[in-house]
Amino acid sequence: MSQTQVLSFKDFATDQEVRWCPGCGDYSILKAVQRALADTGASAENTVFVSGIGCSSRLPYYVETYGFHTIHGRAPAVATGVKLANPELDVWLVTGDGDGLSIGGNHLLHVLRRNVNMNILLFNNEIYGLTKGQYSPTSREGTRSPTSPDGSFDNPVIPGSFALGAGASFIARGIDIDQKGLPLLLADAQAHQGTAFIEILQNCIVYNKDVFDDVVAKKQAKETQVQVVHGQPLIYGKDEDKGLRLNTQTLALESVTLGNGITEADLLVHDETNPIIAALLVALAPPMPTAMGIIHRVEKPVFDQAYWEHKPTQRSAKVRDLLRTGNMLDRRNEVSPR
Amino acid sequence: MSDKSSASANSLKPLERDRHVIRFAGDSGDGIQLQGQQFTVASALSGHDLATLPDFPAEIRAPAGTRYGVSAFQIQFGGDRITTAGDAPDVLIAFNPAALVVNLSHLEPGALIIVDADAFTEQRLKRADLATNPLEDGSLEAYRVCPVDITSLTVQAVKPHGLGSKDSARCKNFYALGLVLWLFDQPREPTMAWIEEKFGRLPDVRDANLTALNAGHAFGETSELSHHLVQSTTPQAPLDSVEYRTVTGAEAIALGLLAAGELADTELMFCSYPITPASSVLHHLAGLEDAGVATFQAEDEIAAVCSAIGASYAGKLGVTSSSGPGIALKGEAIGLAVAAELPLVIVNSQRAGPSTGLPTKTEQSDLYQAVYGRNGDTPIPVVAAKTPGHCFDAAIEAVTLALRHMTPVILLTDGYIANASELWPIPDIDAYPAIPTRKPGPDESGSAFERDPETYARRWAAPGHPGFIHRVGGIEKDVTTGNISYDADNHQAMTDIRQNKVLNVAKFVAPQEMDQGVTGGLAVVAWGSTYGTIYQAVKECLAEGAQVAHIHITQINPLPSNLGEMLAGFHTVLVPELNTGQLATLLKDRLVIDVKQHNKVTGQPLTVTEIKNAIHEHASARLRDVAGD
Repeated sequence: MSQTQVLSFKDFATDQEVRWCPGCGDYSILKAVQRALADTGASAENTVFVSGIGCSSRLPYYVETYGFHTIHGRAPAVATGVKLANPELDVWLVTGDGDGLSIGGNHLLHVLRRNVNMNILLFNNEIYGLTKGQYSPTSREGTRSPTSPDGSFDNPVIPGSFALGAGASFIARGIDIDQKGLPLLLADAQAHQGTAFIEILQNCIVYNKDVFDDVVAKKQAKETQVQVVHGQPLIYGKDEDKGLRLNTQTLALESVTLGNGITEADLLVHDETNPIIAALLVALAPPMPTAMGIIHRVEKPVFDQAYWEHKPTQRSAKVRDLLRTGNMLDRRNEVSPR
Repeated sequence: MSDKSSASANSLKPLERDRHVIRFAGDSGDGIQLQGQQFTVASALSGHDLATLPDFPAEIRAPAGTRYGVSAFQIQFGGDRITTAGDAPDVLIAFNPAALVVNLSHLEPGALIIVDADAFTEQRLKRADLATNPLEDGSLEAYRVCPVDITSLTVQAVKPHGLGSKDSARCKNFYALGLVLWLFDQPREPTMAWIEEKFGRLPDVRDANLTALNAGHAFGETSELSHHLVQSTTPQAPLDSVEYRTVTGAEAIALGLLAAGELADTELMFCSYPITPASSVLHHLAGLEDAGVATFQAEDEIAAVCSAIGASYAGKLGVTSSSGPGIALKGEAIGLAVAAELPLVIVNSQRAGPSTGLPTKTEQSDLYQAVYGRNGDTPIPVVAAKTPGHCFDAAIEAVTLALRHMTPVILLTDGYIANASELWPIPDIDAYPAIPTRKPGPDESGSAFERDPETYARRWAAPGHPGFIHRVGGIEKDVTTGNISYDADNHQAMTDIRQNKVLNVAKFVAPQEMDQGVTGGLAVVAWGSTYGTIYQAVKECLAEGAQVAHIHITQINPLPSNLGEMLAGFHTVLVPELNTGQLATLLKDRLVIDVKQHNKVTGQPLTVTEIKNAIHEHASARLRDVAGD
């Protein structure tokens, strides 16, 4: 397989039978990933998928590139090692809400703050799937599960807020079944220099069925989502008659209906480089519309680039010389008394 | 010194002997380790063999004057082969009352004690929990005590440099060092060069330290205050006609990894997280990146090993380094490297446990962890370094096993080896064989899971290579494709491969040799940093006519294939260890033999005396057995 050959969507499928539950949102995410790889002209041999543990983390076995299915929560560290060892590789990291934000929260924090050049796909289904349905760090309060029979009372983490706090340079949100939008979002992530963090709302058909219906249900999607576009006012609604306005007293976003003296000019214009706007948008939740698209995108120094800029890439210092540094005692010209 | 006439008659004689054991002791902030290191360099450059023991508390600046805050550095140097830092110092330099009292019990009878007399104030005696002044209460009568007003003489000497009184007093370590260098006729030049380089940007501090060093030296030359201070020279060691340098274990590991990268024509990535006493390896390598080892300080121990595994997956050899607690955290990831059949080197600079234990004290108690300490049937090779200089060869051996057999390898060292230094004949790396790897050539294609029939090592095919695209992971994989497999027979086959791969390492490593001694009697079998002590003890016992041998194992897992046969040639096997009997268990487990144990878990190295006693005890026990037969 040569690098110049353009690969199609199908070329990125492996011969392995996909083993997710029928109807799982992961199927459509896998399709979107394969689509994005084909669309961006990815080379199979220079692409690596690294994952942790969980349903989402099986994805590498189904993508015809290099793949490394590692251990629970540690994929960001493994992926960092891969990228540092060979910065030429396109590294994709696949994780879930439990893998990435519970057991692996520390590593996710550090990969984001370092801004290692890779794409992180966080499949958020607000539940532990592979261990059979326990509540997760993104489960909403009151989630009933085998380990929270009376409803959970943990305060859930918002993945995008976590990423922003960690200093992420690219934060986006997409939906598993959005076969039009998700591949584009993945392509934007791939084009970004630095860590691109994408939260994908994923439907766990068995343990948390339709938990995102209040956001993603097709019938009302235009009312429950706001597509954020850099430089555009934040407008939503099926008649595009609603918008988000910044209340300068409370420093919060409020939903307004256009008309009655309220015009587009009153609405907040999305600036993807502004972390304050990102903080407001990423935390929006029902009954407010949920923000979709690229919420935050800035240029920041890229760790793997800086790493190699600060370190020589060749073995210029010779081991033979290094062995002979320090406090030398030269007895070569003396006759050995032994 | 109540009886001056008899003491001085004795002490006017120079300290004539072929070796000395000197111990520097003071507060953690007194620059004790620095004095020791500088004295080490001077001894080496004047042609002496040597061994050192840094012995310091975990606290960076422990409360001044307390007994638990005492930092010490011991060196044995001399004109014969020196393999230990010595059991009993014959010279102690104590900077305060606490440093004096905590070290007293270790001293040789009649030892010379130089104390900073300025430090024996009522307040500081109290800090050391002393009711009376040992300089006056007669408790030091068994020793030759030489009080010198080190602090005030230093302050006086460096006055022209205009430092504050606190900074002036801080030069006292160089004053004392100057005095001790004079006492043993050792050169000042290496220390002067070091001061020039270290304090080049602070001319006042540089000059004050140089002045203090020279003033201490001059005090020795001109002083008529004490009859004890008579200069002596120590004969040079019978060294080989090669180049030597001083090296610590941590330095030798760093150099060994660099050399291994060269021999394997492979770049290394050293991924680590700070921990005592392992951090020094990272420090050394961080300055040597232009020689082929890139370093990465990860966010924690788990990330350190995982990024090393990621590097190995991507075609550079990942190395991680830690101490016992950190190795415990890395356990799961080491299992991943076994499952994925990736090369990886894990260096464990052991320290006293359990839990945080004694971070700066040495112990050999992670052998079980290395050999047995993972979930699942997860065997990996284990190699142990025996001396600071041997860390070089041990690191090359660990890299060789990792690359040739495509497996993680644990390299065991310990706090003692990592920090101690010795005079090291610089190896000729051109004499080392190249290290083979399983990397495919750029035009090859095939399966990453095609295994070498002897080593069972798979191909080291990394991303970027178009001919070996594959997926791999921690779920049991199909023996030929690497895809997920839950098949029963396949799991058996993979388990067999993992086991046989490690067992087969024994076919490739050098057979065990006897370090010294004779067969038939008592075999002292040991591993790790006890080498020097046991070597000396066995040497002395042999000279005394004992039927004893020293066998030091560096290949811990698998054990050398000839070891069982070798040990069958002895009537008794004695295993001294700084743990409760971990190698003893391994020998009983793998060789099914009876072994006697000698165990010590104090955070301190073994002494020659205690090993000699153990040898005599077990030799005479055998005599009684024979007599009773």
